[in-house]
Amino acid sequence: MANKFLIYVEQRDGNIKKSSFEALKKGSDLAKQLNAEIEAVVIGNEINNLESIGGYGVNKITHLKNAELTNYSVSAYTELFIKFTGESNANIILLANTLMGKDIAPALAVNLNCGLIVDCTQIELRDNKLFAARPVYAGKAITFVETNTPKSIYTLRPNVFTAGQASNLKAEVIIKNVDSVNLTNKVTNVTKAEGKLDVSEADIIVSGGRGLKAAENFGMIEELASLLGAATGASRAAVDAGWRPHSDQVGQTGKTVSPNLYIAVAISGAIQHLAGMQSSKFIVAINKDKDAPIFSVADYGIAGDAFEIIPALIEEIKKQ
Amino acid sequence: MKIVVCVNHVPDTATRVNISSDQKTIDLERVVFVVNPYDEFAIEEALKTKEAVGGEVIAISLGKVVNKETLRKGLAMGIDEAVLLKTDEQLDTLAVAKALAEEIKSQNAELVFMGKQSVDYDNAVMGQLVAAILGYNIVANATSFNLSGNNIIAEREIEGGKETIATMLPAVITAQKGLNEPRYASLKGIMGAKKKVIEEKEVQIIDNFVNVIEMKKPPRKAPGKIVGVDASAVPELVRLLKEEAKVI
Repeated sequence: MANKFLIYVEQRDGNIKKSSFEALKKGSDLAKQLNAEIEAVVIGNEINNLESIGGYGVNKITHLKNAELTNYSVSAYTELFIKFTGESNANIILLANTLMGKDIAPALAVNLNCGLIVDCTQIELRDNKLFAARPVYAGKAITFVETNTPKSIYTLRPNVFTAGQASNLKAEVIIKNVDSVNLTNKVTNVTKAEGKLDVSEADIIVSGGRGLKAAENFGMIEELASLLGAATGASRAAVDAGWRPHSDQVGQTGKTVSPNLYIAVAISGAIQHLAGMQSSKFIVAINKDKDAPIFSVADYGIAGDAFEIIPALIEEIKKQ
Repeated sequence: MKIVVCVNHVPDTATRVNISSDQKTIDLERVVFVVNPYDEFAIEEALKTKEAVGGEVIAISLGKVVNKETLRKGLAMGIDEAVLLKTDEQLDTLAVAKALAEEIKSQNAELVFMGKQSVDYDNAVMGQLVAAILGYNIVANATSFNLSGNNIIAEREIEGGKETIATMLPAVITAQKGLNEPRYASLKGIMGAKKKVIEEKEVQIIDNFVNVIEMKKPPRKAPGKIVGVDASAVPELVRLLKEEAKVI
């Protein structure tokens, strides 16, 4: 059977998510190597810049459109995606491993009764077959896996695969108006943490831990994060102390992250925390205790007092 | 109403992972097992729901005989009955979901809770798979849950915010931290749980669609640079981030 790729493109508020560009780029690279066909699908109402996906090597996207699809609905989106996949007859389906991706991919796997590999950090070809790596135990180990079914679904961990610079190529956008939408599961309200970047999607994260001693001392962490365009994270100790919301928690019972830069401030580095952030590309540790485990995964460290170093770091970055 | 809660028996998060000689699983020697942390929220929500609307709560766990320890903890917290779906095989997520769904169906349960993720394999899709197999509604990653008649209003955490969701029974709800504060088992509960019989059923599975080729530890990082011990090291740190790492 000839291979055909289908990439699910995720939008929120009419904007394509960065993690979907990463999936498009990875999919188009693999499709090229396999000399396979590739297409993309997006579900929603008004969506910006759909043709821009051409810049990532995919030249055809179908937009399943209806005003009722403005907000995400797992029942509506899943039903439409399953139907589209059937018509497309693609056998390799890629999605980003976001909350939405993790809703939709499993439903499709049940429908196709096929192999599903989620949260991949590596997908490559070996002997014309796809082979994936995914972390387990919050990254304390990595499994190398493959499916044994004719069709396969993969979800890609955000921030791991690089979308790179888009070319100027434009994709052909096919709009298909959808007449009936299954809203058995309906999102009635979306609250956004104002101006807040989520740690699972950020390129840079500044995290604070127990050594910051109080909730108000996260002010300097937030200031540094905003200067760097970063998200603010926290260790479990800081979350359990009630200083930060659980959505900020990085580690085994929080979020596993892989930003370009992770700055750990006054975090000693419990094994659960290290597991959740050690795949970051660069790690900076700032901690008074020079023997703290966090230094074992850090690229650069300052073994000193965060209350002295962070304000100095803020000044230094402002200067430049 | 019949409520099912699916629970998993997993290595404690403080475990240092070593790879076993088969190169496909972790070495279980000296590993301490616990109730999957997110499943504790699921158990609590199941018990709270039963207290509010009546009915019974059945816990299901799939795995080896040792999973009974986790089932017994659930019984001690107040769960009515427990079923072990026994297998020594390593199954992929879809195979596990099929076995769980079959049992849920035979129990005739219309509300199912489980943790949003099991902290061993971290797939975080089990609830979604089970819901899809059963044709139930799904709310994954729930931080609040309200049931009124057949109607469900729930909140869930998404990237950078929250969604409020309206749906209805039958449904699968996967629990995120923040959903509730799990209760402690009472002494009476613990004593009572010891006497309860945990039903065992052999899992008749079912194909694995994902093969594990090997498991490895992540590559060890080369030791980093300690740039200094006080604020005087800051300019050098910023220079390294700009010029060497090129990340700011």
